[in-house]
Amino acid sequence: MARASKPAGADLADVDLADVDIAIVGAGVMGLALAYNLALLGQTRVVVLDAHHLAWGASGRNGGGVRQQWSTELNIRLMQESIELCAGFARELGINVWMRRGGYLFLARTAATRARLEKNVALQNRCDVPTRLVTPAEARKLVPELDVEGLVAACYNPTDGIVFPWPFLWGYARAAAARGVAIHTGTAVTAIERAPGDARWVLRTAKGAVRAARVVCAAGAWSPEVARLAGVALPDWPARHEILSTEPLKPFLKPMVSVLESGLYFSQSLRGEIVGGISMPEAPGAPPRSASSSLTSSLGFLQTMARALTDVMPILGSVKVVRQWAGPYDMSPDADPIVGEAPGAPGFYVCCGFEGHGFMMAPVVARHYARMLAGETPHALFGAWRADRFAAPGRGPRGGERESMIIG
Amino acid sequence: MSRKVILCRCEDVTLADVEHAVAAGYVELEEVKRYTGFGTGPCQGKECLREIALALARAAGRAPKELAPFTTRPPLVPTELGLLAGRGAPARRRGGKAVGQGKAR
Repeated sequence: MARASKPAGADLADVDLADVDIAIVGAGVMGLALAYNLALLGQTRVVVLDAHHLAWGASGRNGGGVRQQWSTELNIRLMQESIELCAGFARELGINVWMRRGGYLFLARTAATRARLEKNVALQNRCDVPTRLVTPAEARKLVPELDVEGLVAACYNPTDGIVFPWPFLWGYARAAAARGVAIHTGTAVTAIERAPGDARWVLRTAKGAVRAARVVCAAGAWSPEVARLAGVALPDWPARHEILSTEPLKPFLKPMVSVLESGLYFSQSLRGEIVGGISMPEAPGAPPRSASSSLTSSLGFLQTMARALTDVMPILGSVKVVRQWAGPYDMSPDADPIVGEAPGAPGFYVCCGFEGHGFMMAPVVARHYARMLAGETPHALFGAWRADRFAAPGRGPRGGERESMIIG
Repeated sequence: MSRKVILCRCEDVTLADVEHAVAAGYVELEEVKRYTGFGTGPCQGKECLREIALALARAAGRAPKELAPFTTRPPLVPTELGLLAGRGAPARRRGGKAVGQGKAR
């Protein structure tokens, strides 16, 4: 196997990366997928810098869901394309991503949620996603272990699925590196400045400096910290989420199951573990406890998750939790991502604010991001999610419908 | 030979798997944990961490003291969801073992 990610400890100056066209900050799935897609377009004077190892951040901490059940057309269309990219990933990049298309089953406990699902299903069907509303009894046929008491409706799309997130990082890193992209993990960016006398940016690290014509900040929930180094204020913020994994079981659970009112979600990985998380209640009036990129685990999460999980699937009561961990969602003021050139900072691009679904969006967003950087006509996402929508006087966030299918 | 030396018994990670990870450029325990899956089974690394660290140090030409252990994650031992949910003892047991594949401890 080619050396994938790191000439360990190599000095940046030694490997002739002091001068590049594009420096990507963040070796998560977004940054690595972007580097790979740039390389596919012939752009290999690219460096990816990350303070930690691959899969350290949210790309290595998420539940691996890939779904097309959204409430806004742009997200539905993008995820249709992204799932097809995921399905071809093993063939294209030569690494097993443990993808399993067992569908997604959303459960509703209230009439209001049911009405929301009806509207979503109609929109998804118009986009040719075969989601269907199902009764609680039908949901139980799909997942016989469900306790459907108290459910009023459900919706199911058989073409959604799950992946194992980590191999995406190794696959993108290896393929990008094989095409000439330099990926430096363990290399924190400590300063981002304008190069004296020209329009380029200088990124300083403990291992040396990189001069880049353009910078892309793809640091997920850590993006505001990175952007601040360049004097750019981003409006997104980290929200702490927790997740757990059980011991492996024989395969029995086909779809990812989610209860919309509680934000509970869980699936069975191809390794057999039940993997899932839930929204944690906030104390009223207190600052959001979750507004943090802290990676510590809590007993409160284990208890809340265990109650919700065994309510909806009592048979799991005897199954053991082996591990829990945390990772941040990257929250955006209007629930839409933040992409494109940052206002007031020519050559400084951002790709963040993905609200907990950046992993599943990365294959498609990175493809279009690379094309945009290569000078092609930008995809519609760059209009809808433009970074200047919060800053430009009199413009503000787009007036469209807010994405409501943010889970967890 | 190294394909037959099992270092992580929960996840069947062999010496060859560790050497493979090093060859791919992954030389920290956190990286090797993710690349091979060692330490993600019922023992959560309690039995294998030392063996893997020594194998990694040899394969990567590093001093063992340079290697930091991976983050320890709760719970301390595999724990039934029913207990965590406050529902008392697990509802279903067969022959003293909880339903599922894990070793009862």
